[in-house]
Amino acid sequence: MRHVIEELERRRDEALAGGGARRVGAQHAKGKLTARERVELLLDKGSFEEFDMYVEHRCADFGMEKQKIPGDGVVTGWGTINGRAIFVFSKDFTVFGGSLSEAHAAKIIKIQDMALRTRAPIIGLFDAGGARIQEGVAALGGYAEIFRRNVEASGVIPQISVIMGPCAGGDVYSPAMTDFIVMVRDTSYMFVTGPEVVKTVTNESVTAEELGGARIHTTKSSIADIAFDNDVEALLQLRRLIDFLPANNTGGAPHWPSFDDVDRVEPSLDTLVPDNANKPYDIKELIEKTVDERDFFEIQGAFAGNIVTGFGRIDGRTVGFVANQPMVLAGVLDSDASRKAARFVRFCDCFDIPIVTFVDVPGFLPGVAQEYGGLIKHGAKLLFAYSQCTTPLITVITRKAFGGAYDVMASKHIGADVNYAWPSAQIAVMGAKGAVEIIFRQDMADKDKIAALTKSYEDRFLSPFVAAERGYIDEVIKPRETRLRIARALAMLRGKTAEKPWRKHDNIPL
Amino acid sequence: MFGKILIANRGEIACRIIKTARRLGVATVAVYSDADRDARHVEMADEAVHIGPAPAAQSYLRIENILEACRKTGAEAVHPGYGFLSERAAFAEALAADNIAFIGPNVGAIAAMGDKIESKRFARAAGVSTVPGNLDIIKDGADAARIAAEIGFPVMIKASAGGGGKGMRIARSASEVEEGFARAKSEAKSSFGDDRIFIEKFIENPRHVEIQIIGDKHGHVIHLGERECSIQRRNQKVIEEAPSPLLDAATRELMGAQAVALAKAVSYDSAGTVEFVAGQDRSFYFLEMNTRLQVEHPVTELITGLDLVELMIRVAAGEPLALEQEDVRLSGWAVESRVYAEDPTRGFLPSIGRLTTYRPPAEGKFGELTIRNDTGVVEGGEIAIHYDPMIAKLVTHAPTRSEAIHGHSAALDAFAIDGIRHNIPFLSSLMSHPRWREGRLSTGFIAEEYPEGFSNPAPTGAIALRLAAIAGAIDYQLNQRKRQISGQMPVAKAVTFERRRHVVVGAEDFAFEIDETPKGLDLAFEDGRLVSIIPMWKPGEPVWRGVVDGERIAAQVRPILNGVLLAHGGFFAEARIYTQREAELVRLMPEKRTADSGKHLLCPMPGLIREVLVSEGQAVKAGEALAIVEAMKMENILRAERDATIGRVYAAAGQSLAVDAVIMDFAA
Repeated sequence: MRHVIEELERRRDEALAGGGARRVGAQHAKGKLTARERVELLLDKGSFEEFDMYVEHRCADFGMEKQKIPGDGVVTGWGTINGRAIFVFSKDFTVFGGSLSEAHAAKIIKIQDMALRTRAPIIGLFDAGGARIQEGVAALGGYAEIFRRNVEASGVIPQISVIMGPCAGGDVYSPAMTDFIVMVRDTSYMFVTGPEVVKTVTNESVTAEELGGARIHTTKSSIADIAFDNDVEALLQLRRLIDFLPANNTGGAPHWPSFDDVDRVEPSLDTLVPDNANKPYDIKELIEKTVDERDFFEIQGAFAGNIVTGFGRIDGRTVGFVANQPMVLAGVLDSDASRKAARFVRFCDCFDIPIVTFVDVPGFLPGVAQEYGGLIKHGAKLLFAYSQCTTPLITVITRKAFGGAYDVMASKHIGADVNYAWPSAQIAVMGAKGAVEIIFRQDMADKDKIAALTKSYEDRFLSPFVAAERGYIDEVIKPRETRLRIARALAMLRGKTAEKPWRKHDNIPL
Repeated sequence: MFGKILIANRGEIACRIIKTARRLGVATVAVYSDADRDARHVEMADEAVHIGPAPAAQSYLRIENILEACRKTGAEAVHPGYGFLSERAAFAEALAADNIAFIGPNVGAIAAMGDKIESKRFARAAGVSTVPGNLDIIKDGADAARIAAEIGFPVMIKASAGGGGKGMRIARSASEVEEGFARAKSEAKSSFGDDRIFIEKFIENPRHVEIQIIGDKHGHVIHLGERECSIQRRNQKVIEEAPSPLLDAATRELMGAQAVALAKAVSYDSAGTVEFVAGQDRSFYFLEMNTRLQVEHPVTELITGLDLVELMIRVAAGEPLALEQEDVRLSGWAVESRVYAEDPTRGFLPSIGRLTTYRPPAEGKFGELTIRNDTGVVEGGEIAIHYDPMIAKLVTHAPTRSEAIHGHSAALDAFAIDGIRHNIPFLSSLMSHPRWREGRLSTGFIAEEYPEGFSNPAPTGAIALRLAAIAGAIDYQLNQRKRQISGQMPVAKAVTFERRRHVVVGAEDFAFEIDETPKGLDLAFEDGRLVSIIPMWKPGEPVWRGVVDGERIAAQVRPILNGVLLAHGGFFAEARIYTQREAELVRLMPEKRTADSGKHLLCPMPGLIREVLVSEGQAVKAGEALAIVEAMKMENILRAERDATIGRVYAAAGQSLAVDAVIMDFAA
């Protein structure tokens, strides 16, 4: 028996060495960790169980039969994050540049299947050169198998991709179909075609960082949801993110004991909304004072700042927050903000994470660029996303809720369960000046009359009470009690069941 | 006694006065500008009257508006607080004409002492020792330079109507006199509406000691001992204490007697302060008399046990002062620090905004330590650009100076403010400064001890270890909770949470093993040191409290990525907490480059560009003035940090700029 165990140890050591000391050194010199080091930090100590470490490719072209390294460029397996099961694959740049072969793909597919079968989240760590050219169509086939499984698993288990090095060509589409993409600043980039091809085809000169770095993808393209300074920071924050997420779409959001009092009142929120309706304030203060322990994990924080999305907890349970941000573009809904929020709302609904929506929205952003850019369709995505929610929805209108944007932002009419308004809420078709100018166009010459009409419009409509009188608002609450009221509503809604008619799937305006 | 008084002020002093009035059963009326609608003093008062727009000149400085508020509410008397109209003879006169009592001295005394030049003449006549100087109004810069040369450098240029450091400048050469004169004049004009300037001899290495006096309308005047206010920044008091570590009983008596003599000479009949400049040899010279309640009056109250506002109200109502000089007993030591909305790491530039967190330490008597916090704000309040940036005055009192200082340090550690920049880190640093602790003070203290300004110092030695241990305890608490997340696999119970941890603070790496004990946590550090902690903190709270090695301490704690930002005793630590393996691997991570800000001159605060002093292409030397930004009524000169050539100038005089707006850039 001893010699077979020795043989096992030998083969393990060989596999664990990856691409060898020289390549590992080069990886470190670039400020990057190796595939196994990353998995080690991501998972609880000692919890990783590696699968398929002896797998080698079966390619016999271009001399590949002479180059075989166990593992074949990807480390796969499962482990735990704070005791909860997680599947993981981690591309090994030190082995064939992490390139994807048929065997490499088969390893990923195996754990994708297991993750789905066991209803546990899957995390992919990317740092690879794309398809292994020597394998040709076998690699492409492998990619497609992975893609299809990403789609199968979508909405059933959380899928997260972390880009920690190059990610180009066929490699980008798997992350693109997962729920969240995390990037590492300065050491990661992702694009379909790289700078050389871009130069040849369009004659544009760009660096990899300019074309697909973390900054571009978190601020401009919105491909990535969040970026961190280095591998360690990213992996530890990924553990924090996983603590917020359910394991699957039937298990419900995780919970833990909260250190924070559910009935904590925040008197300072009574002065959050400035007297002057044109003065901005930071909606994140409201979020931070509402969630447990001020712990808020923002998603897409660097993109479309006019809407804030992210996770917090109330009474120890995960809640998704969507909030208009008056500090940026007055919190207006534009195409970017609508898309950003729609995707977040749909993620929460997939996994039954309750959504709290804070509304202070002056409307949709007017303009040629917006209309040409498809504002109608992008705005419709958010409307669609909220309307199809079966997860608990709680809405708090803090100030403006004007026009169509009022409807969109989780109004009673599209299915929100509990709708609160602060006394400062103004629920109307539009602001007083605009409304009076339209309704009383013929009186525009009479300045005094217009002023009086504006005043009476303000008094009547720029308040929560017209809506409350109709039952569109369930209750007008004191700002200081927001956390308490939301906590109570969430507790009441825990048993919410909502059935939707059978359909193959919906047809969200893409 | 009055039935109802109006407080013609705002902020902490208005709140302070309301407190005493309420205790005396006197109804109170607050006044407020547009910017103060939701202010604390408005909330506290029985009634409140709106007196105009935000700028003080259109509200708190409008005599007519205050009178109107008195008439409307039937207030019988007005307490002016400090600043604003407190030392305007015209205000006292107007009130008298309306038969409203002024809770302050008689008009004659204000007029005589309010004018700094006049007051010197009185002082000389009353036998008070005075500083050599010129008491005539100065016409222009050249005149100023000539007079300064006669007196001998260095000289002090002062606004006749000034106070609290505004409109004051030291000049050490003729050219500095001319520049300083122009600035002082324009500042005096904008701050006080009075641009008269005078010059006097500047005493090297001086200390600021002042005598509190109180008189009644029956010719009785006594003094309540001294305060030392030598810790000043640009002539603005930062820390005050009573008594003064400089004085001995004989000097105190002599100073007190001179102050009382001066007060008697002008028939002084309220609370007032006679300010002296003192040499290290305890020689002293009359500086000025402030005919009002001083900002720093609480330190006197804490060592005398008297309520100065109460005494002011009583004597204003005509009651005789029920105290003789020998009744005044000074007991213990009191220290006050002024908490300002300013960024100590950016040249103390004012900061404005919403106080998203405002949690002062608990007030009261804790054993022999008394903590008092005079404040005019609440959490959620706004620090506006229109007024003085003082947020609060933290005062501690204890039997001895060192106990009062120790208690003060601890109270500062527990003082949480977010949303704006504030000077608590600087105050904490001052409190732990050995020279301050030894009482070796001078008004140049800050300039001498912080020549490069203030930057958040990184902790070393015992403090670093203590902060690392706190970070470790915080991490432990959070980890314990993570073990309780729902949905764990049954076998996962076997997952061990590692007891061995690293706290990385800057370049230092503290490794320790953490263990739960019956009372709290023991951290055994790699180098053999052991720290015991009993945490009394819940995640989410901005102030960490606990017992560290038997001592109850507080520290500021804010979450950062994968760690905590800790502040304690004037030190800052960004502590990142790792397991053994994480600590090994994080060492492989490259350092991030920080963006180069040296190519631009950024507007350091929201403010108005007064003047751009350079033009494009001009070569400038380090220290040369580039632009003047006015904010909070202070003119701030922005200077070149190094020799450079001006590239483009983006801002022009009269423009309002946001913080970090680019004023100009430098050619490469």
